[in-house]
Amino acid sequence: MSDELKTPLLDELEKGPWPSFITDLKSMADRPMVKDLLGQLEKSYRDKRGYWKHGGLVGIMGYGGGVIGRYSAIPEDFPGVSHFHTVRVNQPSGWFYTSEALNEIMDIWDEHGSGLTNMHGSTGDMVLLGTTTQELEPIFRELTAKDWDLGGSGSDLRTPSCCIGPARCENACYDTLALTYNITHKYQDELHRPMFNYKYKIKMSGCPNDCTAAMARSDMAIIGIWKDDIQIDQSAIAEYVDAGFNIQEYVIEKCPTKCITLEGKELKIDDSDCVKCVHCINVLPKALSPGKERGAAIALGGKAPIVDGALFATLIVPFIEIDEENGFEEVHDLLERIWEFWDEHGMNRERIGEFIERVTLKTFLEGIGVEPMPQQITQPRDNPYIFYEEYFEEETE
Amino acid sequence: MATIERRTDIGPPHYDKFLHPIIKENYGKWKYHDTLRAGVLVHVGETGSIYTVRAASPRLISTNFIRLMTGLATKYADGYLRFTSRNNVEFLLGNKDNIDPLIKELSDNGVPVGGLNNSISNVVHTQGWVHCHSAATDASGLVKVVMDELYEYFVEMKLPHKLRIAVACCLNMCGAVHASDIAILGLHRTPPRIDHSTLPNLCEIPTTVASCPNNAIRPTSIEGKTTVKVDEDKCMYCGNCFTVCPAMPLADPLNDGVSIWVGGKISNARTEPMFTKLAIPFLPNNPPRWPEVTEAVKNIVEVYAKNAKPYERVGEWINRIGWPKFFDLTGIEFTKYHLDDFRYAGTTYRRSTQNRY
Repeated sequence: MSDELKTPLLDELEKGPWPSFITDLKSMADRPMVKDLLGQLEKSYRDKRGYWKHGGLVGIMGYGGGVIGRYSAIPEDFPGVSHFHTVRVNQPSGWFYTSEALNEIMDIWDEHGSGLTNMHGSTGDMVLLGTTTQELEPIFRELTAKDWDLGGSGSDLRTPSCCIGPARCENACYDTLALTYNITHKYQDELHRPMFNYKYKIKMSGCPNDCTAAMARSDMAIIGIWKDDIQIDQSAIAEYVDAGFNIQEYVIEKCPTKCITLEGKELKIDDSDCVKCVHCINVLPKALSPGKERGAAIALGGKAPIVDGALFATLIVPFIEIDEENGFEEVHDLLERIWEFWDEHGMNRERIGEFIERVTLKTFLEGIGVEPMPQQITQPRDNPYIFYEEYFEEETE
Repeated sequence: MATIERRTDIGPPHYDKFLHPIIKENYGKWKYHDTLRAGVLVHVGETGSIYTVRAASPRLISTNFIRLMTGLATKYADGYLRFTSRNNVEFLLGNKDNIDPLIKELSDNGVPVGGLNNSISNVVHTQGWVHCHSAATDASGLVKVVMDELYEYFVEMKLPHKLRIAVACCLNMCGAVHASDIAILGLHRTPPRIDHSTLPNLCEIPTTVASCPNNAIRPTSIEGKTTVKVDEDKCMYCGNCFTVCPAMPLADPLNDGVSIWVGGKISNARTEPMFTKLAIPFLPNNPPRWPEVTEAVKNIVEVYAKNAKPYERVGEWINRIGWPKFFDLTGIEFTKYHLDDFRYAGTTYRRSTQNRY
């Protein structure tokens, strides 16, 4: 192989207005790992196929997750990426950083890894891309010395993540950052040592806009909601009207339950019919905000297609108080009942969503001790094949 | 070098230490927000306002790129920055006079500002050929070429509503594209090629058999060694078996490619969350710039931009006009592959005579 890096195909990705990852990677091509990554990627672009081996088992002493082994399938051509492991670093709640803290992590990664990252991975972690087996323990020691720890991988509790919540959003119905921090710390063992049937992802969104895509992407979606009336600032409504904003077309006609009316410059909402879709609050942020009786709805089983098809999460608990004063005990209690039932009756590689589909919602609710409620379904069954469990029996003397 | 004490199970640091003082003071006390211009927000709290500048990021980024961002944060945002769930970089500014110089310096470095409200935000995506064993296409490259085409929709807010694009390089969908307005999904189209010489050593037979959602895998014996066979008529190339058994690779340069899906959404706003549905079953892998893919995505975006009403997401627009009209307006060919034949397929069949003629 020539020492000179030639990437005519990848060079085409340096054109155009969108930031080029190729230009960025090339800025580090003096490093053997990055140079060979670019070389192997150029070959992939030429041959239209990937050249990575199936993952291998590597990790940190005492941890079962957090590192994903990756090896080039053609190390003789690209020795720099013969090992190219991923290290997942647990992000802070809400993905907030200071320059100083991020620079410290980058110093560690520049010294011990390729210098390439994903900020962030789909589950939420900082993803440090590309290092060798012998660097793993030094990376771990230096990260933990700066108070960082690894995230999850494999059949464990995956790194919980959350939206920006009360840190910068007026719609947050509970403290997503605090709950994420709490759950992540309480379940460190479950996060670092895979012992589940399959992965278990938890995402916290502060309102039904669901900015973390919890309903689609997490096994447990904890989504902020309120029970009482939407708060209305009528003077701000009047300002929207005076400014010529078309409340009729853009708010009232878009309301899914048609529970909003405008009389002059006064907005009225029949909150008993409101389904908390948050459209009106999104469109009129200066005038409307969620009610004061706030908590969360909990839905289970969202996932991508593997194995049995994609699922949105199923609403299990329509409202739960998120009580920080009480150490979030209700959430822990529910979570542990779910894990216990899934652990006992779930199958290998069966996500909680597929588990619920297999055992049925009825059995699942009984198993975790949650009452059946019409809020959990879109309609009652329309088939008559009912398994009755109670019978009258002839009284015997 | 001094040895460092080994610590485990310490969890992530507390977020409190990364919050801008204005954010700390107004935590949970925000009154409202406003969009000042494309990519710039103000959040007004009880004791002050915080200004957010949202910048694009390729997500696959080097420490050089991150140091550029942290340098700008130090210079203009008191050293505070964050990332969004779609991998945008957000600078959190206490001083609104710093907005323009920050945007200028980002622009000088080729980093656009935008992605808010009625625009296309950063594209969520996976590893692709850069770093994954099961990729059917590249992800970072697809994002780059698609966003080069759709750049104006990131830096301006001129769409009917927000538009979320995601790229996943195989059916594993680490990018969870199944609920995006437009999804670009890499796929394999041929069954795994079984390496019977290594399979007995590399793979657990019962796990491999159980991995198939269509029960297409059966144990068999070849030259006295237990291995597996695949009923190829039942295989839909999902790659589940490859996930548990490395001796069943799917990569096929001739047949791997890209599919396009539309109409998904996550938010509960107005309508319930929706899955994406198939628009284009197959486009060829044509690196480095995938012209067929960029043209197809741009067409869908432009037809949506022209025809949807304000506050209609792609899926809401299609539900209003109906799928036949979607195929008419976009000129996308409807094929037998659009008919579902997996689990719950029947729920997608029309059980009425209601159609537009």
